[in-house]
Amino acid sequence: MAACQKSPININPDSGVKKLVLAGNPNVGKSVFFNYLTGLYVDVANYPGTTLDIYTGRYQEWVVYDTPGIYGFSSFNQAEKLICDLILGADLVLNIVNAVTLDRDLFLTRQIIDTGVPVVVALNMGDEAARRGLRIDTAVLSRELGVPVVPAVAVEGKGLKETAAALVQGKPGHPDPAITEQLALWRRQKQFNGTLGAALAAMEDDEIQREKAYYIRRQQVNRVYRAVVTETPVGATIGAKLGCWLLHPAIGLPVLVGVLGLMYWLLGIFVAGDIVDLSKDGLMQGYYEPFIRNLLGPVIAPESVAGRLFFGEYGILTMPFTLLIGLLLPLVLAFYFFLAMLEDVGYLPRMAVLTDRMLKQIGLSGLAVIPFILGFGCVTLATITTRLLPSERERRIAIFLLGLVIPCSAQLGVLTGLLAVLDPALIGLFVVVMLTIFIGVGTIMDRILPGQPADLVLELPPLQWPHLRNVLRKTVVKSMDFLNEAFPLFVGGALVLGSLQVTGLLTRLEVLASPLTVGWLHLPPETARIFIMGMVRRDLGAAALVDMPLASEQAVVALITLTLFVPCFAAAMMIFKERPKKEGLVMWLLIWVIAFSTGGVVAQLLATFESILWTAGLFILFLALLAGIAVFFARLREKGQPVQPMVKG
Amino acid sequence: MTLANAPKGQIIRIVNIRQPLFRSRALGLGLFEGETVVLQEAIPAGPVVIRKNQRELAVGRRLAEDIDVVLVSLEGANRS
Repeated sequence: MAACQKSPININPDSGVKKLVLAGNPNVGKSVFFNYLTGLYVDVANYPGTTLDIYTGRYQEWVVYDTPGIYGFSSFNQAEKLICDLILGADLVLNIVNAVTLDRDLFLTRQIIDTGVPVVVALNMGDEAARRGLRIDTAVLSRELGVPVVPAVAVEGKGLKETAAALVQGKPGHPDPAITEQLALWRRQKQFNGTLGAALAAMEDDEIQREKAYYIRRQQVNRVYRAVVTETPVGATIGAKLGCWLLHPAIGLPVLVGVLGLMYWLLGIFVAGDIVDLSKDGLMQGYYEPFIRNLLGPVIAPESVAGRLFFGEYGILTMPFTLLIGLLLPLVLAFYFFLAMLEDVGYLPRMAVLTDRMLKQIGLSGLAVIPFILGFGCVTLATITTRLLPSERERRIAIFLLGLVIPCSAQLGVLTGLLAVLDPALIGLFVVVMLTIFIGVGTIMDRILPGQPADLVLELPPLQWPHLRNVLRKTVVKSMDFLNEAFPLFVGGALVLGSLQVTGLLTRLEVLASPLTVGWLHLPPETARIFIMGMVRRDLGAAALVDMPLASEQAVVALITLTLFVPCFAAAMMIFKERPKKEGLVMWLLIWVIAFSTGGVVAQLLATFESILWTAGLFILFLALLAGIAVFFARLREKGQPVQPMVKG
Repeated sequence: MTLANAPKGQIIRIVNIRQPLFRSRALGLGLFEGETVVLQEAIPAGPVVIRKNQRELAVGRRLAEDIDVVLVSLEGANRS
């Protein structure tokens, strides 16, 4: 096991339990098999990299490991090293391969077989392969590899039972003779003692040996592919044609704008307006809150401390429920439904290709569009998703921008709802300021961080019709997760605010913060409580903004500041988890500074020039100046240092 | 000619991948020297999308500039 790197998770369960590792290329449907075997739910989507962690569950006498998709297990990245350890220590590997992309997938299959572990192959997505005119001879494939091969269409539940039944027949396959020879030679040279798998992994850590082994393996895979696949030419499927069009700049970009516009309309206009009117004002404030007051009013005096804590302005029995169920749940449901459709159809990777050029400006590859879009759902989750980015540099930029600029679904809904009633010019100002911060901060980070943006290498999954069952299940699971996570924090937030109000501390805090809120941001003193709530959860802060009487200009300043304001408690914890502690702290403090500086600058500009156009223009100029200074110093530093050879990967 | 400036819609053959690290990765992905692919789409100043055996792969512009290719149609013309 020393062949791979040390892995942070415990992959040695109690002896006597057998280890079953699910492995395969990205986007082949491993999670569907995992869900079936263990009864646990893990995310299923139509883009590479849906599973970023290793999940474990039980199936009969097996401990089952679901792994992120990999193309091979050499030490190209952390995930590959970790999976290498898992595979070498496995009692059985269930290798899931995609019938449509067999020439790619078999490369990993061969590598697993070369390690000598017992293997069962599940040949997934046979229906899609047939539609594309590919006929695969499972019997010949099984004979060539020397392991059982089970055909399946996992998303439709076909072949899952058969796969499970075939697990007992798993056995080591035929290793490649040429690689066996290469390995034997290498072992003699290095005097390497240890298992076959460990030796193979160690040999393939050597760059020259690896390329040689990969070349042999590629030849072998191509030979097997030709032996088992018969191709009958069929016209391009509708999905393939559509996939092409979506990448064509003249069609792709308008569609991209259209998709984002549709999302704005759905969340901001339809749900935040019409639906929330019914659920929040109608159901919760019209029936639920009066019901609670009438029920408890006779027992607890509404003016008493207990009364105010339980069902006052921030009552723990009223406010969290009204906000969560009346306001945020409809928004979150709508957003996750929309996102699940996009994921299932396979649109996100195409967005990544279209936005690659633009994101390069801020030091990111197109891949970063996936965490950003997911960030509109939940910044906490999206922060984990940045693991699919190829370099630490990219992760650093993406996580900071996620924490700073991207509002989460609950917040976004409130935001679009609040914006929709404003003067269009003020909406424009908000958008301009946010974009300027996004591009400006990204550009500055790209220039001052050492290194170069990574290159995009991304497999585009075929476009497919969404599986409604998968979409609905995902929407419900994600929304329930949201409620479970948010509810205790909302109750806690209500309790904190209620106590502050009852003890009179709230007024004192507001006075204390007034130089910042009133003097600098030109907002009423009560907005201090929005920021207190925003620290617990940003959406809680945004929701509190809904009922606050503000002039239009004030609303924009408050929205800008709050959107940029520190990420919610959970997201902040995630930043600390995903980044080194010191870096996390620097990010968190910087976000405070940037949020209040931006809000303040906009407020001051608005007050001085009394013109939205001037404010927007001067703000852009101000950030361009900052970026210019950053570029200047970065150049200066580069000149001072000897030129370093570019290190890739 | 590199992958970055090859004409769209053409069948091309990969002759040289200049980045050693990407060469190994490309072997895993099924792209290697001698392989033919279709250049499906090239986003102006952005990534290049290639198709091979029903699979589509997007390759960043800078990486594409490091991959030498020839047109398969021209190859045939030279030989005959």
